[in-house]
Amino acid sequence: MADIPFHHTLTVLQDVCKGCTHCMKRCPTGAIRIAGGKAHVDPERCIDCGQCMVVCPHHAIVLEQSDFNRIFNYRNRVAIIPSLLFGQFEDTVSDLQIVHALLQIGFTHVHIAEFGVDILRTLGNRISVYADDRPVISSYCPAVVRLIQLRYPALLRTINLMRTPAQIAALFARLDIEEQGGDPEETGVFYITPCAAKFAQINTPMSATSGLIQGGLNLDSVFNLMQSYFAKNKKESLAVTPGVIAFPQISAPAFLWSLTKGESASMPGRTLAVDEVHNVIEFLELVEEDKQQNLDFLELRACATGCTGGVLNPRNRFLASERIKHMAQRLPREIDKETKARVLKVSDRMIHNLKVDRIEAKHSLKLDQDMGLALQKMEKARRILEVLPGIDCGLCGSPSCAALAEDIARSNASIRQCAVLKLTDPRGLNTLARIWGEQIALEKTPKPEV
Amino acid sequence: MHVTFKVTAGDFSNAGKISSSIKTLLKQLNISSVDVKRIIVALYEAEVNVVAHSYGGEVVCDIEPHQAFIQVIDTGPGIPDLDLAMTEGWSTATAEVREMGFGAGMGLPNIRKNTDELSIQTQAGGHTHIMMRFYISEGTI
Ligand SMILES: Nc1ncnc2c1ncn2[C@@H]1O[C@H](COP(=O)(O)OP(=O)(O)OP(=O)(O)O)[C@@H](O)[C@H]1O
Ligand code: SF4
Ligand SMILES: [Mg+2]
Repeated sequence: MADIPFHHTLTVLQDVCKGCTHCMKRCPTGAIRIAGGKAHVDPERCIDCGQCMVVCPHHAIVLEQSDFNRIFNYRNRVAIIPSLLFGQFEDTVSDLQIVHALLQIGFTHVHIAEFGVDILRTLGNRISVYADDRPVISSYCPAVVRLIQLRYPALLRTINLMRTPAQIAALFARLDIEEQGGDPEETGVFYITPCAAKFAQINTPMSATSGLIQGGLNLDSVFNLMQSYFAKNKKESLAVTPGVIAFPQISAPAFLWSLTKGESASMPGRTLAVDEVHNVIEFLELVEEDKQQNLDFLELRACATGCTGGVLNPRNRFLASERIKHMAQRLPREIDKETKARVLKVSDRMIHNLKVDRIEAKHSLKLDQDMGLALQKMEKARRILEVLPGIDCGLCGSPSCAALAEDIARSNASIRQCAVLKLTDPRGLNTLARIWGEQIALEKTPKPEV
Repeated sequence: MHVTFKVTAGDFSNAGKISSSIKTLLKQLNISSVDVKRIIVALYEAEVNVVAHSYGGEVVCDIEPHQAFIQVIDTGPGIPDLDLAMTEGWSTATAEVREMGFGAGMGLPNIRKNTDELSIQTQAGGHTHIMMRFYISEGTI
């Protein structure tokens, strides 16, 4: 299969960025360098986790904007909403009002993404997984899947290839509309996403969502539209009662899926949940060394508290999680009979489309494709590291002394960038630069931003 | 490339750190994951043996294109009967060590399984010197 590059959704606004190094220090994959006083993200290493965006004190890192009006290109406009959307509102806004507002701003159908879990259960009586080995790793968080593609290729065979709940909900939404006489060409499914990673996945050509989901919509911008609807139509929205619209079907366990331990709680065997990307990396190192043979299933999420920690969520992650748990207490354990019948009606067409293609490895850690050259570069980096001060100040534009040494060995940086050596031993620095190369490849003129 | 690490006897809480560091190096060299795994499994077992059964020692690692030569050398007390020690399930581990999850007697047999060439020099009262050679191929998986 062709190596399709990741689509990335995060952009550094060059005129706003002050080159302060916060993002570089936080990036879990070491993808960021500061050159020419601005941050640059290496597309080969970025996993779209959004940590840089959260930590930037100048709001210089932004997510690609989605055009809401695209939904009006379709007659049937399906919103796939994550359950956490309900957690973004205070209790003064009722669950039904939230659904009502989505319909008012332009959608014709609303499904909760995690309803996909109930669909799967209806089709197979249990939550099955497709993977070649244990412990099976959840594919729910696309940032984690990208991380594994880049850094843990040996673990790719353990990633669950079952479609994610949102994809299954999207598949069902399309078939259900078709079943009721709607034209599939006129159906647009839009996933309202709290994170850069899902947005990036939807916009990557030939990804698992191609054909199923027509576009991602940033949760914060949809939230704004909904809030302005509430502000302008207070009376109308307060009048919404269960008699007027129905709350979308979903079971309580499914509703909790995107919170930490939400998915693992429904999986058989010994399971474990890890959230926050640095924790996930620490844990994947152990899994890679095969020291977890007693575990059956791993729920790994890039964001702390799970998807309520997604970078686009307006509300505090703990408050959002609390409301979702509170709502779940009033939800049924299973979806109703009529909905199950609707699912079973299209089961033939769903069952053959539940598995995604094998996930391919990407290279990000390799110093060189040629083992001999890679070894030479590694030797060189080790020798350079010995003369660097070892204080990891980041002023050179690399996240650590070791990273600068590696950048120099790859001919992407010069030892002249070390601010400490420049002050303490300017003469020695000249000699070292002569030995290890003057090249400062990163200090090219920054690319104009779109 | 030549790297060495010190191994402290009895330091179970750090056992495995060396094989993890070597793994990080190997992954940067475009070595297939299958080979990376073989190497770290064998090295991990040898490292734990030094921690569990010896007075301490060192790991000496030489990596060249297409082969890795790893030596694990300790300062004693040596293995009196090597053939017996190489037998699956044979262990002299104390109850205390077994409680920590070691001592199944599978370490040395696992080392043999994962190395391309293995030579062990040891004697009662002397050093144990394990030499492991791995032929390695390029590639991601
Ligand atoms: N470096 C060493 N120095 C002294 N004795 C050793 C050394 N390595 C192994 N032995 C002896 O050989 C025996 C078998 O080693 P092996 O690694 O196969 O099993 P184990 O360490 O006892 O258990 P496991 O490795 O499964 O946790 C050990 O119990 C110990 O008596
Ligand atoms: S944990 Fe959820 S919100 Fe965060 S990156 Fe992963 S999928 Fe997105
Ligand atoms: Mg052992």
